[in-house]
Amino acid sequence: MTAMPLPKDHYDVVIIGAGPAGLAAAAVAGKAGLSTLVLDENAQPGGQIFRAITSTPVQRRDILGDDYWRGENLVAETRAGGAVIVQGATVWSLDRDLQIAVSLLGQSQIVKARRVIIATGALERPFPIPGWTLPGVMTVGAGQTLLKSSGLVPDGKVVLAGTGPLLWLYAAQVLRAGGAIDAILDTTPRGNYWRALPYALPFLMSPYRAKGLALMREVKRKVRVVSNVTSLAALGGDKLDAVAFSAGGAEQKIAADTLLLHQGVVPNVNLANAAGVAHRWDERQLCWVPVLDADGNTSVPGIAIAGDGAGIGGALAAAERGRIAAVAAVEALAPGKKSLTPDRSELSNTLRRAELGRAFLDVLFQPAQQFRLPEGDTIVCRCEEVSAARIKETIALGTEGPNQLKAFLRCGMGPCQGRLCGLTVTEMIAQARGMSPDAVGYYRLRPPVKPIALKELASMPHSEQDEKAVVRG
Amino acid sequence: MSEAADVIVVGGGIHGCSTALHLALRGAKPLLLEKDYCGRHASGVNAGGVRQLARHVAEVPLSVASMELWARIEDLVGDDCGFESHGQVLVAEDDAEFAACRARVDDLRLRGFTHEELIDRAELKRLVPAVSDYCPGGIVSRRDGAADPFRTTQAFRRRAIESGARLREGVRVLNIARRAGIWHVATTDGEFEAPVLVNAAGAWAARLAAMAGEHVPLEAIAPMLMITARVPHFLDPVIILRGRKLSFKQFGNGTVLIGGGHLGTAYPDENATVLDWAKLTASARTVDELFPVMRGATIVRAWAGIEARTPDDIPVIGHSRTEEGLFHQFGFSAHGFQLGPGVGSLMADLIVTGATNLPIEPFGVGRFLRGIEPPGTDSVLE
Ligand SMILES: Cc1cc2nc3c(=O)[nH]c(=O)nc-3n(C[C@H](O)[C@H](O)[C@H](O)COP(=O)(O)OP(=O)(O)OC[C@H]3O[C@@H](n4cnc5c(N)ncnc54)[C@H](O)[C@@H]3O)c2cc1C
Repeated sequence: MTAMPLPKDHYDVVIIGAGPAGLAAAAVAGKAGLSTLVLDENAQPGGQIFRAITSTPVQRRDILGDDYWRGENLVAETRAGGAVIVQGATVWSLDRDLQIAVSLLGQSQIVKARRVIIATGALERPFPIPGWTLPGVMTVGAGQTLLKSSGLVPDGKVVLAGTGPLLWLYAAQVLRAGGAIDAILDTTPRGNYWRALPYALPFLMSPYRAKGLALMREVKRKVRVVSNVTSLAALGGDKLDAVAFSAGGAEQKIAADTLLLHQGVVPNVNLANAAGVAHRWDERQLCWVPVLDADGNTSVPGIAIAGDGAGIGGALAAAERGRIAAVAAVEALAPGKKSLTPDRSELSNTLRRAELGRAFLDVLFQPAQQFRLPEGDTIVCRCEEVSAARIKETIALGTEGPNQLKAFLRCGMGPCQGRLCGLTVTEMIAQARGMSPDAVGYYRLRPPVKPIALKELASMPHSEQDEKAVVRG
Repeated sequence: MSEAADVIVVGGGIHGCSTALHLALRGAKPLLLEKDYCGRHASGVNAGGVRQLARHVAEVPLSVASMELWARIEDLVGDDCGFESHGQVLVAEDDAEFAACRARVDDLRLRGFTHEELIDRAELKRLVPAVSDYCPGGIVSRRDGAADPFRTTQAFRRRAIESGARLREGVRVLNIARRAGIWHVATTDGEFEAPVLVNAAGAWAARLAAMAGEHVPLEAIAPMLMITARVPHFLDPVIILRGRKLSFKQFGNGTVLIGGGHLGTAYPDENATVLDWAKLTASARTVDELFPVMRGATIVRAWAGIEARTPDDIPVIGHSRTEEGLFHQFGFSAHGFQLGPGVGSLMADLIVTGATNLPIEPFGVGRFLRGIEPPGTDSVLE
């Protein structure tokens, strides 16, 4: 047996992801006396929003803003509760037996849990435009990661394109950090403002409104903003040199060294999907969300999901959902310790307040169809370089779902496991066949959800009994 | 709704699709019923190994006959099925294993089969330059190779339809009953009728057999596979081991498939499988020792398929013992992909002409039947 980096191989609660949801859940579970392990693949706790909260070189507090620094308290509270937070720990498999395979310091091992809370958050929605695979094109999320963890802002001619709150937040952060942005190409469809109107009232009462408007004003003072952009293409030979777009019917072109794309975030469903958790299509957020009860429990007994992985709700809602899932875990595993947990109905109330205004944002920032359903040579699957045209042809041959398409074209079979093409493929099939995305379904994802070195797998702790195989393929 | 057909085939794996195709080619009117979609299970997710090498002696004649069809697969189904024939090599890891290889090849010669050839260390190194030096030799079957399993199953499906077979996917057989010489097949989408019924229901086949009063000890197993990210080309033939369990091959795009029969857990009622990583580590260790070039590879995906396994690891092929007009074709025990084309053809002969010239006695269902019960005791398939 090889020595294992984790002190124990079984825990009451294992929480995957140390963003707001995971940290808040761990604080509650730990405080109630459950043995609680948080596994997170980043070097520091905090997840996306509080990325590098304990280590960021960006020390001027106004640059990243108050909402960012709030993460400090959450980390401290979790540690005080007694949960073990392990960073640099990549979970690459979870199954219905609540066995978790995790890679840590180049060594993999299996940990067993009595309850699992998945808090793996969101990832950026694919933005498949012509040229999006060119060097020089990246996502706003990746840009923000560089800013938070290394204090870097993009240089040269910088263009941001897309829609959604993060686009504006990042733009403001870049400007505050002394960076420059040549243009923001806003792809929010004009019609969305009308469609979002029925949801406006709760939004007007929510904290998002004031913050959002202030951010946009701050950015618009310094940057050229083109609204109602209806087409986009990244141009260049072996790297980006310009962005072509149309707005108000006119075609335009601007020189660019860096193009940062963003059209919202969607739940990161890979681990849950591979564990067999049932998902459904969310018509408002246009993505897959897990089917959950009020406590965050999934279709797989013992597995709950909290945070943006449960449906996009933002950091405040994420933390509340994390606490709710942890209270449910305490109720299930140590009912006697219930008194040590926060009041459940109060958590629900706070959650409701945190979710105020979300519907308005969902509808307002719904990305336009042409940016979700690419055409022609535009690459859909980056790993296997499969174009929209090839996918369309294959669908026309009678391919009924993403899994059959995958088997024919290998799209979704690469190392990204469909993170960059899955939604596009589902929506393309739905459109071509005139069906709902829900009826079309999604890839059946397979572990490892993150690639693992053969060498590391070979050196996993094992027993002789495991060697006895039976048949040959 | 009641639709008439000559033959109803239950199960759209490689076997059901192949039988439907061959029946249609012989002028019959088959109707194929598949509860999910064709190739959803073992036939679409297997290792694609097209192997005569190292088969049970009873299977060898069927495998050799099937190989004749693989050799002209494009003529048969209008698609090359991704079939490439770079041989399959069984590697002996020590002298005792090598001696067993020699005995096996001699035994096959006495039975009149010459497709397996003993190879020494030098020939092994020539065929498989990347193999570790400690291996003394092995056996090669030069016409063997590998194909794309989903594409193959789909090609059989498509050609079956083009040849006149009817097909219903997403339709599950719930019950079967024979009245006045006709099978009445109750499904999730109404009733279908035909004088002849073929049970090619893979891991679910025992349930269908039980409805005809035949209790076959069939286990649903979940053989596991894993695949790497691309590595530079280093291997042409498919490799299997004699002692330790491993099958191993590199695709044209550079990815490497690692299998060998380690089992996860199958949940046939839910179309689900759970992997057993403790066992997959064993495969990883074997690869690590046998192919030093693989040291830097990464595993990007692992999966299992739901497969039917019999107690003696060879299939059930032929007439039911309890019911007229019922034919079995299941229990391929993790090596039935290669047999698909050939067994479909022999089934069609058996059904249409009443006979086949291939030796199928070893595969009779009678070998398992303890007590024969009257049909109808088991009703609903889930
Ligand atoms: C991981 C793995 C690797 C393998 N590697 C190889 C290899 O390299 N070489 C090789 O030769 N073999 C290999 N095999 C074995 C091979 O895949 C199988 O033996 C073969 O595919 C069996 O085909 P089938 O048509 O009998 O079964 P299946 O493909 O399982 O088809 C049976 C079908 O019947 C349907 N069905 C069941 N019940 C009902 C019902 N009541 N109503 C309607 N439909 C029903 C099922 O949905 C299923 O689609 C491997 C198997 C696995 C799982």
